[in-house]
Amino acid sequence: MEPGPIAIFFAAIFTSNILLVNFLGMCSFLSISRELKASVGLGLAVTFVLTTTSLIAYLLNQYVLVPLEMEHLRYIVFIVVIAAFVQLVEIVIERISPVLYVNLGIFLPLITVNCAILGSLLFLVIREYDLWQSLAFGAGSGLGWMLAIVALAGIRQRMKYSKVPAALEGPGIALIITGLMSLAFVGFSGMIPIQ
Amino acid sequence: MGKPGAGTIMLNGLWRENPIFRQILGICSALAVTNLLVNTVTLCAGMVAVTALSSGTVSLLRNVTPRRVRMMVQVLIIASYVILVDLVLKAYLPEISKALGPYVGLIITNCIIMGRAEAFAGSNRVLPSMLDGLASGLGYSLVLVCVAVVRELLGFGTIWNVALMPEDFTRWTLMVMAPGAFFMLGIFIWIARGLFPSKAEATGS
Repeated sequence: MEPGPIAIFFAAIFTSNILLVNFLGMCSFLSISRELKASVGLGLAVTFVLTTTSLIAYLLNQYVLVPLEMEHLRYIVFIVVIAAFVQLVEIVIERISPVLYVNLGIFLPLITVNCAILGSLLFLVIREYDLWQSLAFGAGSGLGWMLAIVALAGIRQRMKYSKVPAALEGPGIALIITGLMSLAFVGFSGMIPIQ
Repeated sequence: MGKPGAGTIMLNGLWRENPIFRQILGICSALAVTNLLVNTVTLCAGMVAVTALSSGTVSLLRNVTPRRVRMMVQVLIIASYVILVDLVLKAYLPEISKALGPYVGLIITNCIIMGRAEAFAGSNRVLPSMLDGLASGLGYSLVLVCVAVVRELLGFGTIWNVALMPEDFTRWTLMVMAPGAFFMLGIFIWIARGLFPSKAEATGS
């Protein structure tokens, strides 16, 4: 049986976390997670973009691309929608919180190429979700990504005081920690299975 | 400073500026598809093709692209090549294409391609740019293939779907699940940086 929107929402956060299980959105995940504050900001921005674009992507795919039999143009259409929304978020953040805007720097426009977003949109289409399932999956994926990056930022802030082998410092140790977090999340996986 | 020669470009892409070890770029797909070598090699081939061709195209168009919209143009160029790769895979290797799922499309968002387009192709001639893209793509594939070999061998006891381990080998199921990928890549980076520390890292960048 197809899981309902609520099940999909929670599954996207915990059991098939977009980052810890599907490995999406790693670049900014590793670079921004040094600071707790910036990672919360980026997490919110990603969640917003992901939720809105999954709605639009669903509508476009269902009512424009499929009827016109132009599915192969999906990638271009989706990436343009994402780019437009990121631009919007950039303008809004610059107005509301210039500090955060400076903090995020290059990583704000890079949300465009954050594969968590394009990846989720492609998952929507491949799994043939309906409108509510798509929305739930988009919002859940965004929150799941935020959860992962905020958790890693918290851990890394404490790690400032611990001794890490020189070659493992930075991305190396971050990946190992992510592995441990992923292990914990895999523990949820029997609860709500989605593909 | 002269223009870098072909050999230097190749060496930079393959090792000195290896996208994964040195710059930690594009590791999403690095992790997702590396539980089976067949899938990894297919994705890598697509990736190398897209990197080389889009670097070449970006370089070709560099003088007619307005600076303000160059990101958009780059994304569109990359997306067009990815669509090509996707259609070819669907036509000739439908099963692998299905197994790769959204990850073929995600070549678009692989930061290595954008990164090379920005850093190299935007200011170099067409042929060196294509070579640079090719080298970066190959350097990326090199790491992916290494990770895939270890994960498939330990996780399924096979390489390229051929059983290699003895009958009573206990599979490390963890290796083909998500955490295994993170651990493997972390360890690979550890080894690579431990053996060959670079100047940039010594200063803490």
